Amino acid sequence: MIIKGKVHKLGDDINTDDIIAAKYLVSTDARELGKHCLESIRPDFTGKVSAGDIIVAGKNFGCGSSREHAPLAIKGCGIQAVIAKSFAGIFFRNAINIGLPFLESTEVDAIQEGDLLEIDLSNGIIKNLTQNRNYSAQAFPKFLQEIIMAGGLMSWVTKKKDCQGTVPCGDSPL
Amino acid sequence: MGHTISEKILLSHTDKKDIKPGEFIEANVDLALGNDITAPLAIAEFKKVCVIDAPGRIGSAGVPLSAGTVPSKVFDRKKVVLVPDHFAPAKDLKSANQCRILADFAKEQKIENYFEVGCMGIEHALLPEKGLVGPGDLVIGADSHTCTYGALGAYASGVGSTDLARAFIDGKCWFKVPRSIKFVYTGKLNKWVGGKDLILYTIGKIGVDGALYRVMEFSGEVIRRLPIDDRFAMCNMAIEAGARAGIIEPDDITFEYMREVVGSGGSRAAKYKKFSNLRSDKDAVYERAYEWDVSKLEPLVACPHLPSNVKFASELKNVELNQVVIGSCTNGRISDLRVAAKILKGKKVKSGLRLIVFPATQKIYLEAVKEGFAQVFVEAGGVFSTPTCGPCLGGHMGILTAGEVCLATTNRNFIGRMGSPQSFVYLSNPAVAAASAIKGRITHPDAI
Repeated sequence: MIIKGKVHKLGDDINTDDIIAAKYLVSTDARELGKHCLESIRPDFTGKVSAGDIIVAGKNFGCGSSREHAPLAIKGCGIQAVIAKSFAGIFFRNAINIGLPFLESTEVDAIQEGDLLEIDLSNGIIKNLTQNRNYSAQAFPKFLQEIIMAGGLMSWVTKKKDCQGTVPCGDSPL
Repeated sequence: MGHTISEKILLSHTDKKDIKPGEFIEANVDLALGNDITAPLAIAEFKKVCVIDAPGRIGSAGVPLSAGTVPSKVFDRKKVVLVPDHFAPAKDLKSANQCRILADFAKEQKIENYFEVGCMGIEHALLPEKGLVGPGDLVIGADSHTCTYGALGAYASGVGSTDLARAFIDGKCWFKVPRSIKFVYTGKLNKWVGGKDLILYTIGKIGVDGALYRVMEFSGEVIRRLPIDDRFAMCNMAIEAGARAGIIEPDDITFEYMREVVGSGGSRAAKYKKFSNLRSDKDAVYERAYEWDVSKLEPLVACPHLPSNVKFASELKNVELNQVVIGSCTNGRISDLRVAAKILKGKKVKSGLRLIVFPATQKIYLEAVKEGFAQVFVEAGGVFSTPTCGPCLGGHMGILTAGEVCLATTNRNFIGRMGSPQSFVYLSNPAVAAASAIKGRITHPDAI
């Protein structure tokens, strides 16, 4: 899968309260949450995002609470992928589980605000089209690739053998 | 090669013969927890999946059920716990709707451990108190402070809503077996210094990502003497160093607590007794180890806007406060309220300062009333609130406006954590918080 978008650069230790403040956790709707993405630390952030853009951040991205509303808000405001030096544990799980594409790369310092990137998720190659440079990202272990390929954790689980009696059936269980 | 206590617990919940750090496993959880923020998302995900019922099974109205017509049943209604505690008692209409989703799901699924307002408490104080977690358990919770239960010798880890939804289906969760870091604390703690100071000291040393994807195993003579409430406070904040879990090997103090909450007879008591020798092996492999003599440690305060930004309380006497909050899943237990009441007894909070005390559970609330602490807090000019996570995460019951400064016994001081992005949150133990409420600025308890 190839992702192409403009960079929004963030620093280290961006926490989930930064990404979506608790006062907005009364909704589970990605678009609604997306309207307030990063509001506390970058009040103008959502106004600058065009659909398909990419967040590039430092270490420990998504630290703090377990709120899955954080990756949902990122998706909901139009961000297509996140690249960071490292991700906090729960955010990492959540991004895998809900299918928010992300990559870990130690080379993010070279990437600038507004750069145009092209990411190949299959091999972790990040092309900086603005600077005409390439960076490599950590490849996902096979286990995680399976979940990503299945389209997230719930699809992966329902396709597994030991859940043969369970099938996805859209939004209307009754 | 030997295993750490965390590796042993994870291994015992799989059908594998051995596991190694770095390996991905699927494990069966003993408990799956959600709250009024995270469970509604999990329930929505879960409801997208339908169970095809056994052919010919008859529904309650006598009509045979067909494929896709039966709401899914959770894997084990005794192993799912739902606690509306974050925005409960419901702070507004939208949060009332979220709480309703939990109540309806609990009813539909016949979930035993649903705690309505009145029986409710802050989840990470409530579950141990109800005897729902104990040594050797594998617990996941859609709340980052699930790591609190490591204080009892459980492997407990925060996950997201989709992880919880998946556990509802088959009781399993995926884990990457984490490496462990060993922390050994030696010496004897000073007066006014406890678990909160030990964990702030540790996070101050290693940073907010110092234990990223790792387990923090707390040990040494100081931990062996540390009361259970202080152990909860320590393990609670393991996540603030990025850890997947914090854990303490169970000992006499653990089992004394377990006897209190599950009794000495019965199946739960028998289950946990089996883990009386649950320890890390002598040849267990740790990624790193730290050994600190903490005899000279004094009460600490984490300054805005990271829990790792730690200074001595005595260095911060010029920090004037608008609000002091005593409570939360970190420090809202009875011993926390006891030390705060001891300092506040017969005193008044500084004029113009707001003191908000919120016990973590209804049981603690009642104990605080019986022991006279509630009266001490109210007579001192504070408020004594019903249990809720509210103030800690800027939900309700104590929001800060721009420019305001708060000292809280909670666990996070991120930008805007308790309200306005222009407010400031400092973190400390309950003794420092109580002393500071009297003086109106950050104060070492010795100064009272």
